Amino acid sequence: MKPVDFDYVAPESLEAAVQALVSAQGDGKVMAGGQSLMPLLNFRMARPSVIVDLMRIPDLSSIQLMGDTVAVGALTQHADLEFSDLIKTELPVMAAAMPHVAHLAIRNRGTIGGSLSHADPAAELPMLAMFYAATIKAQGRNGRREIPAEQFFISALTNCLEPEEIVFQIDFPILKGHTGWAFEEVARRFGDFALASIALSFALSDGRIADARVAAMGVADTPLRLRKAEDALHGSDGGAEGARRFAEVVRASVSPSNDIHASAAYRQHLIGALAEKAFAAAWSRAVGAES
Amino acid sequence: MKKDITVTVNGHKYEARVEPRLLLSDFLRDTLGLTGTHVGCEHGVCGACTILVNGDSVRSCLTLAVRADGAEIVTVEGLGSRDQLNALQNEFREKHGLQCGFCTPGMLISGMDLLRKYPLASDAEIREGLSGNLCRCTGYQNIVAAIRAAAALRNGSAA
Repeated sequence: MKPVDFDYVAPESLEAAVQALVSAQGDGKVMAGGQSLMPLLNFRMARPSVIVDLMRIPDLSSIQLMGDTVAVGALTQHADLEFSDLIKTELPVMAAAMPHVAHLAIRNRGTIGGSLSHADPAAELPMLAMFYAATIKAQGRNGRREIPAEQFFISALTNCLEPEEIVFQIDFPILKGHTGWAFEEVARRFGDFALASIALSFALSDGRIADARVAAMGVADTPLRLRKAEDALHGSDGGAEGARRFAEVVRASVSPSNDIHASAAYRQHLIGALAEKAFAAAWSRAVGAES
Repeated sequence: MKKDITVTVNGHKYEARVEPRLLLSDFLRDTLGLTGTHVGCEHGVCGACTILVNGDSVRSCLTLAVRADGAEIVTVEGLGSRDQLNALQNEFREKHGLQCGFCTPGMLISGMDLLRKYPLASDAEIREGLSGNLCRCTGYQNIVAAIRAAAALRNGSAA
């Protein structure tokens, strides 16, 4: 339960951090908040020769409104997102999801860049990146590049980054005019990884859904954007029939697998039930906003 | 290669040379002799090793000591004294919020951070807040009662 011996560097620029990874020749590991990496080190499942600590790099912890986008620095901690007024107003689904991320002591340390890079398929932030169609900005040995969230997550705990690439910023486009939204999740205990979760948001036009966004997690080896479910919501007037059809499309859009925590059939049932619940919550919120 | 660090723990400044792999929990207990911080699971699940770093609750087993360079740390030893318990410790005594005491340091530190950041207006909210701290004795009832009472005290009303 103690990490292997490793060297430790805490560079003060992104460029120096990338260089440290290049020098480690594939045997270096980036540490941000460390809340996923530290258990792996303690169990000796990760045995890097050098830890590259990012937390001494300035200016990577910030939440800023840039036009129609909220730009979040990669070292921004979960608790910063949870308690941010800007997130509450501009990215309300994220604000609703943040208290579900682990426990306060973990949220005080864990970072958004770390969570996205870790790419747990049942973690909230990867799902939110997918939901908001975020752009993930990374720096590598050949400069910077921008990666759409849908291309970032490859499979469970696997992202598309090169070994020396480091996420430094995530841009979340605001869903303009969306007045109905909800985030629903079922976990076995408070703070556990989700068995299944759904995020939903839409705009109304003349009392009908005109533009919708849906994402889910816990039902595949990456978070999913559910475009067919988005289409199914189009034109809905909030009636029970539309809600049922939406839930059916959500269920049909996913094919979870059996694992130690739940059967595939249970997860599929669960995501449909959460879809109905989310639809009802989002609709009453939208109607409340109109009146 | 060992690194030099300077940390302030419960108001005292310490300078030490540490291996990068040394956990902050082991640094507090073994290097500084502050054994009030307990070590349970060593992978961030049980919450027994929770301490305050720059005011925020943090798992000391999920932190490298070398990363605490320059930090202000408060452990359970820094909350109150034998003669003068702090308000939350006092409520744990009043409500019998502990039995064996193993989880208590983490419960107290988490409780301090929860009281600072959340309304804790319902038992459900208190229980959710404490979900990262495991207790195998009490069934949590009296721990929740202690935090409920401390929240009432914070809000200026009797429990």
